[in-house]
Amino acid sequence: MTPRNLRPFIPIFSVLLALGLGSVVIAATGTNPIEVYLRMIRSTFGSGYGFGQVLFRTTTLVFAGLAVAVPFRLRLFNIGVEGQLLMGSFAAALCGMALPAGVHPLLGVPATLLCAMAAGSLWAITAGWLKVGYGVNEVISTIMLNFIAQAITGYLLTNHFAVPSTVHTPAMVPGATLPGFDQLLGLSWHAPANLSALLAIVVSSATAILFYRTRYGYTLTASGLNPEAARHAGIDTDARILWAMAIGGAIAGLGAGNLVLGYKHCFESGLTTGAGFMGIAVALLAGAHPVWILLSALLFGWLDYGGLTVNTLVPKELFMIVQAVTILCIISFSAFFRGRPAK
Amino acid sequence: MDGAHGSARLSGISKSFGAFMANDDISLTLAPGSIHALVGENGAGKSTLSNILYGLIKPGSGSIEVNGKQVSFDSPRQAIEAGIGMVHQHFMLVPTLTVAENIVLGSEQTALFRPLPMRNLERGIVALSRRHGMEVDPRALVSSLSVGGQQRVEILKILYRKARILILDEPTAVLSPPETEGLFGTLRSLAAEGRSIMLITHKLDEVLAVADTVSVMRRGRLVGTMPAAAATKVKLAQMMVGRDVLLRADNPPGESGRVVLSIDNLNYATPDKRRRLQDLALKVQAGEVYGIAGVEGNGQSELLSILRGTRDPEASVSGSIELEGNPLWSLTPDRIAALGISIVPEDRLKNAVIPELGIRENLLLGRHAEQAFHRGFGFDRERLACETERLVSEYDIRYGAEGNPPLSSLSGGNQQKLVLARELERPGLRLLVLAQPTRGVDIGAIEQIHRRIIEARRKGVAILLISSELEEVISLSTRIGCLFEGTIRHEFSEREVLRGRLEGSGFEKEIGLHIT
Repeated sequence: MTPRNLRPFIPIFSVLLALGLGSVVIAATGTNPIEVYLRMIRSTFGSGYGFGQVLFRTTTLVFAGLAVAVPFRLRLFNIGVEGQLLMGSFAAALCGMALPAGVHPLLGVPATLLCAMAAGSLWAITAGWLKVGYGVNEVISTIMLNFIAQAITGYLLTNHFAVPSTVHTPAMVPGATLPGFDQLLGLSWHAPANLSALLAIVVSSATAILFYRTRYGYTLTASGLNPEAARHAGIDTDARILWAMAIGGAIAGLGAGNLVLGYKHCFESGLTTGAGFMGIAVALLAGAHPVWILLSALLFGWLDYGGLTVNTLVPKELFMIVQAVTILCIISFSAFFRGRPAK
Repeated sequence: MDGAHGSARLSGISKSFGAFMANDDISLTLAPGSIHALVGENGAGKSTLSNILYGLIKPGSGSIEVNGKQVSFDSPRQAIEAGIGMVHQHFMLVPTLTVAENIVLGSEQTALFRPLPMRNLERGIVALSRRHGMEVDPRALVSSLSVGGQQRVEILKILYRKARILILDEPTAVLSPPETEGLFGTLRSLAAEGRSIMLITHKLDEVLAVADTVSVMRRGRLVGTMPAAAATKVKLAQMMVGRDVLLRADNPPGESGRVVLSIDNLNYATPDKRRRLQDLALKVQAGEVYGIAGVEGNGQSELLSILRGTRDPEASVSGSIELEGNPLWSLTPDRIAALGISIVPEDRLKNAVIPELGIRENLLLGRHAEQAFHRGFGFDRERLACETERLVSEYDIRYGAEGNPPLSSLSGGNQQKLVLARELERPGLRLLVLAQPTRGVDIGAIEQIHRRIIEARRKGVAILLISSELEEVISLSTRIGCLFEGTIRHEFSEREVLRGRLEGSGFEKEIGLHIT
């Protein structure tokens, strides 16, 4: 066990050690790792464009991480964020298409976001219902639901909604889109970062309040730690499972706010780029704590975009290895430093 | 053959975990042919001492002699080779294997790919078990055996390994009275062949019934060793706790009032059609303790699940169960609690607490719906802290840490006191259902818990007490119902119980007849 006052620094040690190991991988291919990391830092935090790109990626990951963290409060593994995000994005794009052209943003944006949340929620609650009603393991059902979401959105896109000879839907009405920071603050980042970043912070704080400051959060905690005792205490654990999945799915759907409303303004094939799966790692690294998820998502977002900026120095495939090694290291190092839980 | 003789001498054994002295300079001799009981409260150091003898823990200092030879064990394997065997409280059997297979497991003594000579083994096992009065079918699957049967397999397992010193950790905690009798017979027969037996327990009656010598431990020290014939229950309890203990709480007769709980014609069958309750009928009045005496597995758990509203939805049930005329059927646990019904379940860790959470959060569990604790969307933390402090001092709940330590850091007795405090303080309490309220609780804490129960009764609460400890049922109950195979087979009236309480063990035997 590590002394108590060193505990808060464990994630930092882990990140440093992980970067060190990543350096070894880079150095093994004959490139100077310091040069690579410096370039990464310069091109991400040193420029408005780079920072905007990192922020954009981080925002999606915050939603994805929270979508994992809420069901995890009940010890449920929501592997289905990718599918929930896809369904939410598709629903948002359709809603944004269907709204009248002159709709006011104060009406159009909430309506579109609600559609996204409802679709994500519906997708997640299916797994919750299978679990409560038939005891189907949520890991299996959410994975399968991912495949189905992938296929449904793909089918609907190519066969019904895509603009001919493209892989995206028609653009949404202007009243259903969220402004980027360039537009809002008069910057010239030319990056996709948009108002959803603030929404992500709000949702993360709201989740923290739900977990730690409400009676409902207490019943969620109790149901997660000892479902049997919670049932005896008069807590309807089945309802908690359904709600936790529904909330998680709704937050996953909100990821569409960033991808669709804030950036693409349509649904496009390959839109989510696996962010839903990355959300699992984001949540686990943060110990499923809503506030730590902000930092953890930032790290993943930085690695994600930073990797692209060093393409000329390190081949893309190699940097994928560095990314994965870094994440793996952080997770195992933090486990190592915390000491193994006593059996 | 002299092969069964065993003796051990522990001298000056000390062992500390951090600053905590689990064993402090303990010297003990296990003589051949004798049963040596080791008693003490939870945390007194009994388990540490037996684990040292069994090679699971290395002593900090001191020496061990087995059969006259100085030994030092690095692992239980060496202890087993030296002729020491241990029956743990939690059995270490493979449920999908047969009795014989479990017994030879780990000491097969054949080449790796050779078949086992099962026929011979089985014959040997039958002979061994007969000799010591342990009925067991070597071909039965362990999963099909009763708890008592599994324990017999554990004992045979160590006998098969030629153990001459047997350590048994709380062997009777899970046994019914007749099974306990059987076990004692076996132990006497094993000792008669020269083996030496160390019996770890906290049930003083058993010590007096079966042991030759008693050693008492308190807080890591050995406070005394004496022949069992010279010991009395009061004296042993006093040595264990370090002060005088009231073994039987003062229980003056009270006024019983209106009927609070009335159960009639209650039937319960599991989804696979096994009948657990059959035409069960009983009434509990305000201001009385209705004690249900019975061996576990005679329908207690099912009755509890109905009272709590957590019964298996696939079980088929019929009959009537009413709280002051209102049917309890189909109410959810939160509605039942809101009616003023408190339940202390039999399995505390599984059903009554959340060990990872703090004591405050545990005091809220099941009472979190009460408005008094609410503020805004959350809880009134100050009020909760005050209430916790009040209950902690009023119910004498003891723990080391300041503030709000996790419940798991409390001893079992203090956890139980906390559960009891929470349930007794429920506003508008009308019916209190207690299942095994003092299981795994130290003598000192038992005394306090019993006092609280009697106090609640005198305040007019109707109490249903379900316990497999006859002593407890007799000393607390106003009336006693003997539960056997899901039905009240016999009921002792208030007068009979009062008379029986004075009678002592004769009354226990009488109840014993009705529950087996």
